[in-house]
Amino acid sequence: MLSRLGRSHDDGDGRCGEDASRVRCLGSSGRTPGESLRKKSRPPARIAHAIKESSDAGSDDLGEPVVVNTTTVLIVTGAFLASAVEMVEALTIVLGVGVVRGWRSTLIGVGAAMIVLAVLVAALGPALGSIPIGTPRLVVGALLLAFGLQWLRKAILRSSGYKPLHDEEESFQAERTQAAAAVDDRRAGLDWYSFTVAFKGVLLEGLEVVFIVIAFGSAQGHLGLAAAGAAAALVVVVIAGVLAMGPLSRVPENTIKFAVGLLLTSFGSFWGAEGVGVHWPGDEASLLGVIAFFVVVSLLLARALRRKRVTLAAAGAAA
Amino acid sequence: MRYLRSFGRFWWNFIVGDDWRVAAGVAVALGLTALLTRAGVNAWWLLPTSVALVLAESLRRAVGRS
Repeated sequence: MLSRLGRSHDDGDGRCGEDASRVRCLGSSGRTPGESLRKKSRPPARIAHAIKESSDAGSDDLGEPVVVNTTTVLIVTGAFLASAVEMVEALTIVLGVGVVRGWRSTLIGVGAAMIVLAVLVAALGPALGSIPIGTPRLVVGALLLAFGLQWLRKAILRSSGYKPLHDEEESFQAERTQAAAAVDDRRAGLDWYSFTVAFKGVLLEGLEVVFIVIAFGSAQGHLGLAAAGAAAALVVVVIAGVLAMGPLSRVPENTIKFAVGLLLTSFGSFWGAEGVGVHWPGDEASLLGVIAFFVVVSLLLARALRRKRVTLAAAGAAA
Repeated sequence: MRYLRSFGRFWWNFIVGDDWRVAAGVAVALGLTALLTRAGVNAWWLLPTSVALVLAESLRRAVGRS
């Protein structure tokens, strides 16, 4: 299940930091950074030990070694998908306003929101890094569970037909109509409507992305990886938006939300239980079992609800 | 004050959402898991099972309303 990329960490002079776990020191003692980077192969037993140590320490944060395992892949995937969904929603708002009222004030609103978000991240990031790794697991697990269950619940209701699917095209048209009807209010040389709508849209959706990245990344010390997932989502969504010059209505949003809901709920259960002292049989490998359990439960629930709806509709038609 | 209230509402909607009972159920399940773990029972099975039940119950109520 596990493989390791040979990127080692040292303090730049070949020594490990005092607080470094043993895995951080591997391949770095007495070598220059360049030599450390060239040193890519290690005996399997040592690699396995390094992975175990890293996993136990959970200290694989920004600038630290990259350990590629199931958990890290799922964290990047989860952060990417969840961020992409939020960014698609922000993009719809920005496009709706920008197309109708012009781009200058809209893009200044986007930029201002990005600056506020960057300040928040800059303030929260180092603070999170100083928190002992075990502490946030319960809090983050509980938050992810509450938050993930919402996504999962809505996705199941949508897939079974009890809730209408989210339609980006419809949201885009609604945004356009509102933007066209809004009065022309100019403040500080800006079209105030465009600025505030773009600012609020990007800030609120961005706050959700920040929350997701922090929640996914902080509990296991993978903040850098989660941020990379979100950054990749930003690049993909912006490029897709520029190419399409319209709402990304062909994105299978409910399927993505279903997958993200499953990941959030599974990670939340895993970390929440660990946070209250549970020892999972098989350690991190059991995360796959938790995900499989929730996939089966969710699909069964969606199927049961679909059948119920069809039965009720047939009974209604017969009556 | 209005901004603070909006900010609080945003986070409430974001984390708790449509059904506060789901968040409450999660809190109760975590509490029970903690109690059992402190009593020496490695209750790894309790949280996923409880979460599945909380989800099913929330869906049942949502469908019943619609």
